[in-house]
Amino acid sequence: MKFYLEVWRQKGPESGGKLEHYEANNIPAEASFLEMLDIVNEDLTAKGIEPIQFDSDCREGICGNCSLTINGVPHGPGRGTTCQLYMRKFRDGQIITIEPFRADSFPVERDLVVNREAYDRIMQAGGFISERAGSAPDANSVPIPKVVADVAMDAAACIGCGACAAACPNGSAMLFVSAKVTHLGLLPQGKPENDRRVLSMVRQMDKEGFGNCSNYYACEAVCPAGIPASFIAGMNRAYSFASIKESVGIPL
Amino acid sequence: MTLDANIPAGPLDKKWTSFKNTAKLVNPANKRKFDIIIVGSGLAGAASAATLAEQGYKVKCFCYQDSPRRAHSIAAQGGINAAKNYQNDGDSVYRLFYDTIKGGDFRAREANVHRLAEISNQIIDQCVAQGVPFAREYGGLLDNRSFGGAQVSRTFYARGQTGQQLLLGTYSALSHQIALGNVEMFSKAEMMDLVVVDGHAKGIVVRDMTTGEITSHAGDAVLLCTGGYGNVFYLSTNARGCNVTATYRAYKRGALFANPCYTQIHPTCIPVSGEYQSKLTLMSESLRNDGRVWVPKRKEDCAKEPKDIPEDARDYYLERKYPSYGNLAPRDISSRSAKEVCDDGRGVGPGGLGVYLDFADAIKRLGKHVIEERYGNLFEMYHNITGEDAYERPMRIYPAVHYTMGGLWVDYNLMSNIPGLHVLGEANFSDHGANRLGASALMQGLADGYFVLPNTLGTYMASQFGKKVDASAPAFKEAVDSVKARVQKLISIKGTRSVDSFHRELGKIMWDKCGMARDKKGLEEALRKIPKLREEFWTNLKLLGSADGINMELERAGRVADFLEFGELMCLDALNRNESCGGHFRTEYQTPEGEALRDDENFDYVAAWKYEGDNTAPTLVKEPLVYEEVKLATRSYK
Ligand SMILES: Cc1cc2nc3c(=O)[nH]c(=O)nc-3n(C[C@H](O)[C@H](O)[C@H](O)COP(=O)(O)OP(=O)(O)OC[C@H]3O[C@@H](n4cnc5c(N)ncnc54)[C@H](O)[C@@H]3O)c2cc1C
Ligand code: FES
Repeated sequence: MKFYLEVWRQKGPESGGKLEHYEANNIPAEASFLEMLDIVNEDLTAKGIEPIQFDSDCREGICGNCSLTINGVPHGPGRGTTCQLYMRKFRDGQIITIEPFRADSFPVERDLVVNREAYDRIMQAGGFISERAGSAPDANSVPIPKVVADVAMDAAACIGCGACAAACPNGSAMLFVSAKVTHLGLLPQGKPENDRRVLSMVRQMDKEGFGNCSNYYACEAVCPAGIPASFIAGMNRAYSFASIKESVGIPL
Repeated sequence: MTLDANIPAGPLDKKWTSFKNTAKLVNPANKRKFDIIIVGSGLAGAASAATLAEQGYKVKCFCYQDSPRRAHSIAAQGGINAAKNYQNDGDSVYRLFYDTIKGGDFRAREANVHRLAEISNQIIDQCVAQGVPFAREYGGLLDNRSFGGAQVSRTFYARGQTGQQLLLGTYSALSHQIALGNVEMFSKAEMMDLVVVDGHAKGIVVRDMTTGEITSHAGDAVLLCTGGYGNVFYLSTNARGCNVTATYRAYKRGALFANPCYTQIHPTCIPVSGEYQSKLTLMSESLRNDGRVWVPKRKEDCAKEPKDIPEDARDYYLERKYPSYGNLAPRDISSRSAKEVCDDGRGVGPGGLGVYLDFADAIKRLGKHVIEERYGNLFEMYHNITGEDAYERPMRIYPAVHYTMGGLWVDYNLMSNIPGLHVLGEANFSDHGANRLGASALMQGLADGYFVLPNTLGTYMASQFGKKVDASAPAFKEAVDSVKARVQKLISIKGTRSVDSFHRELGKIMWDKCGMARDKKGLEEALRKIPKLREEFWTNLKLLGSADGINMELERAGRVADFLEFGELMCLDALNRNESCGGHFRTEYQTPEGEALRDDENFDYVAAWKYEGDNTAPTLVKEPLVYEEVKLATRSYK
């Protein structure tokens, strides 16, 4: 197959960038999107052009490292990560535009590589259950209804790629935050810290400059882990309750 | 040189307890004075970073990804073992211990493995307390499944994403400690060298992958938790960035590398489809709980649609050869059997390199929805990659490189022969002998990180009061300079061949000569080819861009340069081991039925290699394996 690529090239965080035109020739239909870029990079190297820098690691859709905006959509057509997108999904001869994930809180570092440390800092603000290795009771001492565990697992499946914020017109990270708040909040082990967790995580999110949710649902549409936007509503509720408690002075 | 594994005295099942009762302790006020450097944020790295920080140590943690949450532990699918016996099917600590020793083909250290089995139960407790959403039954209790090499159901799982959930658990704990200021996290920071001061590991050299800056960090102890080196084969189930650099650099600074040739080839991966391919994708072994493996009995049937091949024309070869374990035979045996039938011309799919994994019976028995619930995401992944629907047509699978049992040599305390240098998780050689059982790597990574090292580190730390070194010691400058020179050298070769082309060629040599089956002739050939390829690499590599800022080709080039040396060490080890055991199958040493033929008399030892210089052969140091509890037996899964 053959493709005409428009690829975002940018030297560094401070410099401007622009789309460059490259051709992708002799691409097998079974190749993944990133393997297509590997082939293009080999070609560029042969021609003495610096290869395109893009993130990836596991290449099986679970680490959340790959992060390309393809034809305007984070992770491109279909549901799944960039690395799990296969060229057979495209038409031979198609023009494909490739940009980094775009969100104010994810500054571009080079070409298609963005900095997503903001997500780590949100997790540090409260995305955990405080416990200490060696202090846990027997795993079966607290039964958890299967339905509850299943929803917690649905939420925990988030891969932290950032597509949600990149897709959102407001650059909101609500889907990401709500996934963690839901996962830990549903489990009996997480409940003691629910109020503190939701307040700290949401506040950190605001501090990082992520926007608010105004119900576009673009996040849900691109999420490779299938996190539903309904979690955001649940998080908003939890946030309101916790802030009311806080404002009337109930210790959290 | 002799190796002392420092195994505590006493009966096997009391060793760990008595160790803990008498281990040296460091009081909380003193822990604060110690800086611990941890390289890696996978299960082993993140768990140890969080736990040591909880105990009061000051921790610096490094990883090459942009976030600790992306370490390759994230990709583990199937599950984690523990001897809980929640299923009441006769499991016990002893059985888990015995299965692991036997699965490892009697090439692991008894005391370590027993400790691992003892700790396994605490790990599950710890993970549940952290909020890991393991699969549950309707009654609310934890569910289990079976894995290869065991006749009990002892595997805990979180859908097909167990590694992800366990890693996110450790990542949460780590994030908590970062927030408390007890851990300083360095992401996109690649360890390029180890700093040894007066014979002790006291620091590392790191390249900031965003700015290109090369700096050193000093600490009172160094923990390497850098995962496995399966990418020496180019194609493997590992992530693109998995490397041997950290452990190999430590080897070049004097740490012994143990059993490098023990690699695990996983039986159920999606077969290779072309030259362009950058990695292989695993289909979890848990699928073998419900899938049946077969190939046509006759070569002529291979090209037919599987549904047109009648029952009596199919060879369910694992069930035929290993009736009591059947499709759940251990990995090495299953992989080799797949290779045999394909070598016999009965493989299916492109190039005849594939066998069927068929769910038709299970779907008939349990219904499609049950299979979907158990393995939905795997079927989806398979469909996405191959374009085939495994509910309708059997999956095609083939073995692929997956895990490396070899690693840096460590004693019972997880300390290498360099005092202060500790090695955890897949990066060490410790617990799996010549073959690892499924769902045991996650167990080992977390055991090492949460429970073993936090108890054993004190032994070393207690001897280090008042012995702090800082990064102004000459050894630091020497190490930083040598790393800078190496990076500059890579950049200035200006040849004509890309990094990946060298890596692919090395991978092919390794797969052909040091893969699923090895022999003397092939290994000797590899030992002739690798140095030539290495020489070409250092004279003909084409690497564009500069050393400042992001340059992923440069990162890969550094890793490939190390693989090009390390591959040779693997072949040397494979050549030395004149026997077959576990994942190491030398075709010269097999039983008439084609099973691995061990030579306990001559090879019941850990082969630890000592670096002697770039153009000198490494020396072999042996740690004899002493079995007090287990009687060595021929492994039988029939
Ligand atoms: C696809 C797949 C499926 C698996 N499924 C299972 C399963 O179901 N059950 C099971 O028990 N096991 C499974 N395994 C094996 C298991 O996942 C791994 O052995 C285990 O997770 C390794 O953990 P670790 O902490 O040792 O290393 P990793 O998780 O690989 O972490 C390595 C860390 O070291 C860092 N690092 C590496 N090199 C450097 C360097 N030079 N500088 C700085 N940082 C560095 C990385 O950034 C990373 O943080 C699977 C493995 C794979 C590949
Ligand atoms: S590279 Fe890991 S999710 Fe795409």
